[in-house]
Amino acid sequence: MSATTAETQLLEINLGPQHPSTHGVFRMIATLDGETIVKLKPVMGYLHRNHEQIGEGITYVASFPFTDRLDYFNAMSNNFGLALAIEKLGGIQASERGEYVRVIMAELTRLVNHVAVTGFLLNDMGAFGTPLLYAFRERERILDLFEAASGSRMMCNYVRPGGVREDVPVQWLERAREIVNNFPIFLDEFETLLTENEIIQQRAKHVGVLPKTLAVNASITGPMARASGVNYDIRKVDGYSIYPKFAFKVPLGSVGDVYDRYYVRILEMRESVKILQQALKDIPGGPAISPKGQAISKAPRTFKPPKGEAYGRVESPKGELGFYLVSDGSSQPYRYHIRAPSFINLTVLEDMCLGQKVADAIIILGSIDIVLGEVDR
Amino acid sequence: MVGRGVLKGMWLVLREFLSTYPLGRMVLRVTGQPAGNRLVTVQYPDEKQQHAERFRYFPFLVYDQTPDNLRCVACKICEQECPPQCIHIVGPAKDEQGRPLKVHGRTYPVEFDIDTSICMSCRICVDVCPFDAIEMDNQYEMSSTERFGEMAFNKEKLLKSNEYFQQIKPTEASVVDQRLEAKKPKPAPTQPPTPPSAA
Ligand code: SF4
Ligand code: SF4
Repeated sequence: MSATTAETQLLEINLGPQHPSTHGVFRMIATLDGETIVKLKPVMGYLHRNHEQIGEGITYVASFPFTDRLDYFNAMSNNFGLALAIEKLGGIQASERGEYVRVIMAELTRLVNHVAVTGFLLNDMGAFGTPLLYAFRERERILDLFEAASGSRMMCNYVRPGGVREDVPVQWLERAREIVNNFPIFLDEFETLLTENEIIQQRAKHVGVLPKTLAVNASITGPMARASGVNYDIRKVDGYSIYPKFAFKVPLGSVGDVYDRYYVRILEMRESVKILQQALKDIPGGPAISPKGQAISKAPRTFKPPKGEAYGRVESPKGELGFYLVSDGSSQPYRYHIRAPSFINLTVLEDMCLGQKVADAIIILGSIDIVLGEVDR
Repeated sequence: MVGRGVLKGMWLVLREFLSTYPLGRMVLRVTGQPAGNRLVTVQYPDEKQQHAERFRYFPFLVYDQTPDNLRCVACKICEQECPPQCIHIVGPAKDEQGRPLKVHGRTYPVEFDIDTSICMSCRICVDVCPFDAIEMDNQYEMSSTERFGEMAFNKEKLLKSNEYFQQIKPTEASVVDQRLEAKKPKPAPTQPPTPPSAA
């Protein structure tokens, strides 16, 4: 039998649901021809916790601790999104200092998320440990800041409609300034380790390309869309909170491959540092929460927004995180829905994986940056 | 040159490695290299990390002086507001005629349980309590082999003194103490003040 007539069979394999490379309980059913992926079916829902339904049975403020558990890397941005939606719904003004603290927290969260995801991505590529631990060392410093301000490292439950739950402690801003000012040193170090590394370039360039048109059509947001060259950043296009006050750029990639997604995140961190430095410089005094917000967080059941609907969105580190609330005039939302960036960004997984090798599927998934808590909710 | 990036990265890792040891740090200093980061691992149980004052882990009930003088009046607001519904209160205590019993001029709960296997340490109960009766603890070493028995905290286990609160969270406790002091009914003045409208 000559090689041309050899019969080959397609092979179907399961990646996950319990597999370190899938970042949680997520399953990919891949059909392989040799080592090439010809079909890939994502299976999700293993971590479904009924978040939206729970949110409809409790008061608006009581949903905050649950949003921490959506994307558990970015509790602060999740809180921020819900707070914006409630503010829109109830017509609440945030205090000036509260806005600054929230933006500082959200940007610190972006640093935390991006260092962690880069570390994990490198882990997936086979660089076990080293980049991940360097990343986590830096993440740890920022988590200490979160603990000092909110009382918890990851489940912060800190942002409230109208500001933040309590003001940052004394000396906190100084500590934050020091960490933020030292962050570029770490980034330089990290880039020395990774950006120019030939092995990484070979491994990640032109792998899992997401074309610009597909990114737009599939409503991909966040660093993934920007790596494909889509200039879309909610901080710029929506200008929520006090972001219009800060000067920062939106880094864009050109090819839309895994390497671009890695590099866009590094550049984003540099921009975040710029925002943080400006915010930490200009932060005004005054109360950290407006009187109305204070009243709501002290007595959540008294907050009964007028009938209507509101959509609050933030540029979370993973993309557009939106909270959609419908009020029927009672103290509990009538409808509570979340637009989760991880979930929507995951929809193009198959398109990116087709024709690639099975080992590439792992790093493509890693470069999407998903957290299953948010995918399944 | 191909491989330059890899070598640069390896040199960085070596530098980090050297800087974790005293001898290596000396080598770096002598050769004029920038020092890397020190070792950051904390050898938990032998050494423990200092946690922030606001660090929160499960609520407790505060009492003043004696355990029967607890601040909680069994108003059940926290029970209602707790997002995962892990607080269970029976009370306030009543006598046979159905009148609320009072200790130190306050009603009190007959039972107050928190199922810490459900509690997520979110601090909402502390935020909503109008009497500053419940506060967050910071004891985190409480692993248990049982799902129910030890993890369900009853009133006796939850009660902790105000001194303890002052000790673990000095800043927060002093704010609370000031607030309570301001709330205290003032001893009746000897001369009743004339109401402003009477003029
Ligand atoms: S702890 Fe506070 S809110 Fe809860 S029942 Fe007691 S007094 Fe009321
Ligand atoms: S900390 Fe949160 S979950 Fe725990 S008892 Fe208080 S309100 Fe309930």
